[in-house]
Amino acid sequence: MSKSNFTRRGVLRTGAVGGAGLALPTIFTSGASAFTNEPTGGTVTLGFNVPQTGPYADEGADELRAFELAVEHLNGTGADSGMLDTFSSKALKGNGILGKKVEYVTGDTQTKSDAARASARSMIEKDGAVMVSGGSSSGVAVAVQALCQEAGVIFMAGLTHSNDTTGKDRRANGFRHFFNSYMSGAALAPVLEARYGSDRNAYHLTADYNWGYTTEEAVRSSTEAMGWNTVNAVKTPLTATDFSAYITPILQSDADVLVLNHYGGNMVNSLTNAVQFGLRDRIVNGKNFEIVVPLYSRLMAKGAGANVKGIFGSTNWHWSLQDAGSQAFVRSFGTKYGFPPSQAAHTCYVQTLLYADAVERAGSFNPCAVVEALEDFEFDGLGNGKTLYRGDDHQCFKDVLVVKGKENPTSEFDLLEIVEVTPVEQVTYAPDHPQFAGGELGTCNPGA
Amino acid sequence: MEAIILQILNGLDKGSAYALIAMGLTLIFGTLGVVNFAHGALFMVGAFCAVTLSRILTLSHEVVDPTRTDFLGNPLKVDVPYAYDWFGQATGDAIIDWAVPLSILFAVPVMIIIGVVMERGLIKHFYKRPHADQILVTFGLAIVLQEVIKYFYGANPIPTPAPQAFASSMDMGAALGFEAGQIIYPIWRLVYFVFAAIVIGCVFAFLQFTTFGMVVRAGMADRETVGLLGINIDKRFTIMFGIAAAVAGLAGVMYTPITSPNYHMGMDFLVLSFVVVVVGGMGSLPGAVLAGFLLGVIEAFASLPQVLDVLPGLNQIIIFLVAIVILLTRPRGLMGRKGVMEE
Repeated sequence: MSKSNFTRRGVLRTGAVGGAGLALPTIFTSGASAFTNEPTGGTVTLGFNVPQTGPYADEGADELRAFELAVEHLNGTGADSGMLDTFSSKALKGNGILGKKVEYVTGDTQTKSDAARASARSMIEKDGAVMVSGGSSSGVAVAVQALCQEAGVIFMAGLTHSNDTTGKDRRANGFRHFFNSYMSGAALAPVLEARYGSDRNAYHLTADYNWGYTTEEAVRSSTEAMGWNTVNAVKTPLTATDFSAYITPILQSDADVLVLNHYGGNMVNSLTNAVQFGLRDRIVNGKNFEIVVPLYSRLMAKGAGANVKGIFGSTNWHWSLQDAGSQAFVRSFGTKYGFPPSQAAHTCYVQTLLYADAVERAGSFNPCAVVEALEDFEFDGLGNGKTLYRGDDHQCFKDVLVVKGKENPTSEFDLLEIVEVTPVEQVTYAPDHPQFAGGELGTCNPGA
Repeated sequence: MEAIILQILNGLDKGSAYALIAMGLTLIFGTLGVVNFAHGALFMVGAFCAVTLSRILTLSHEVVDPTRTDFLGNPLKVDVPYAYDWFGQATGDAIIDWAVPLSILFAVPVMIIIGVVMERGLIKHFYKRPHADQILVTFGLAIVLQEVIKYFYGANPIPTPAPQAFASSMDMGAALGFEAGQIIYPIWRLVYFVFAAIVIGCVFAFLQFTTFGMVVRAGMADRETVGLLGINIDKRFTIMFGIAAAVAGLAGVMYTPITSPNYHMGMDFLVLSFVVVVVGGMGSLPGAVLAGFLLGVIEAFASLPQVLDVLPGLNQIIIFLVAIVILLTRPRGLMGRKGVMEE
């Protein structure tokens, strides 16, 4: 029989001393870096993750231009100060962020979720990015937002319109300035009712992926609430280039409105096909046949050429806005690059400024401090009137633009005209609205 | 009934593009034994021939209009095409309007040259290599061509409309004894179908009724024997590669008013065209044409809402389902020849 020398007190004492010893380096470490990629030198690195290849590469290039401009304005090295002069918050001085010079790295999302996550991970782990921004697709935004949450950095979404980004897939570390499908439906419906009446039969063609579903749901819900009847809603493959087989059944239906829940190349081709099939010349139920494109993009509208004339849609921002902020941004961007910025460029520029401003106001790059500074932050002067970054879901609430394809454009940029600026109250919804149900922000993650 | 007629028209129209691309693929495979994954890219390059000519015809100089301002508030610079200066505005507009049909004349020599350069410069080095190597190198070439086009033209689709005379649609309902307004079809799509039929007919006639074609057909059947007769069959096959490239290019040129060209459009057609070739039978020209139209029509019917209500997503897989069924029942495809790709 063996005799043990261990005593209960001895084990407890040894364990406590050993535990403290093991914990010591961790305490020192967390004291040295309280959060992921805490900037320690004279610079801070931001990660701009945009589609540089793939179908949205032109949109990505415009986003990069805007980021570059934003960094110049933050560092005070640009030809002017852009929206820093019009921004209601005066925390930014043009001397970097918290006195640190802003540097940036770029990644290519390829508009693929896995590629976008890989490039974001590389920017966070290898380049030390403390914030990631950009993108031109909701699938990418949701994927990168989840990654940033895990990694403990802030994600300032670029162009993402699906309800899910700040709905069922919302995250505490993620923020969206861009508007969403619900807002498009809410803004469009009254304008459509005023122009086309409340007795209409709508036929939806919907891109067969997440953004298409939420946009169809939002537009259907808004238009049906004002009396429109949805006669059919057909899913079309994301890879489709010829929509003739989906458009010809409309000729046999009772529909007098076609809603194209398509974006990018899908929108260009489906709209072109619909016009070619003479839908806009048809009279159905004694009414002119109409086409609606819920989400417009100037870069995409260019691809559809003259086919966009007179067609209603919605957009987050447009360069022809006359407020001081928009004018300042258009002047800066146009002088530097020779053409007006897109809505994708605008949202990316604004997101960078908003992040920098939040850090300045918080006095720290700690993601949790930034989250606190951004939540329920009200601001003005960034191009969309008074805006609220709602704390419940990290979605910006601001006016939404209803636009129409211009009949007589004066240039290749002059394709859309603003029909109505829908006030923010009309597009605001409850945080637990059914179209956004199923998600939880959770708690912010500082990482490290 | 109207819906059926419309879907048949849609299928024939889409099938025209499939048939033209698949015919070129089959020509190359039948003559050179090469599986050319760059063929879709040739379709895309053809489409960009139309974009290029359209840009050449609209080359402009700037004129300042002091009465209007640009987005920065400066006097507006208006682009005035040189065609206006040289031919007057009315004639200049007419020339610009007809850019797509005029591109046929531009695309044929360009595509033949591209095809010959591709074959002589790269593909001939892979004749004796396994099909897997050929697929890899031609697929790589397709990506290079895509990226080159994207570099010069950007990633967004570029609108390239049909001439005004063909841009509208035709109400065929009344002519066919149906209610007016029920069978409306774009005129350009009908033009595309007729054009495809003419091109296919010309290629068949060329192969069937000319000495050159006879030699090529003989070479396709037995290359060695034709070579032993002292005929330089390689040279003729190179020319056939150029012709196949031109056919794909023409298919692309005429497709531009239907789908605004972008750098990726070739890839969208490539996979389906390969399925068409396999279903038609490797190396069989009539098989490729027949399968092209057949699969086009089947795909159009699978996209009907009534079908999708019962079988959602069928439109995305129907071509592959048909291919599986045909290959199970007829392993050589609809009109495949014995011995082709069976060694």
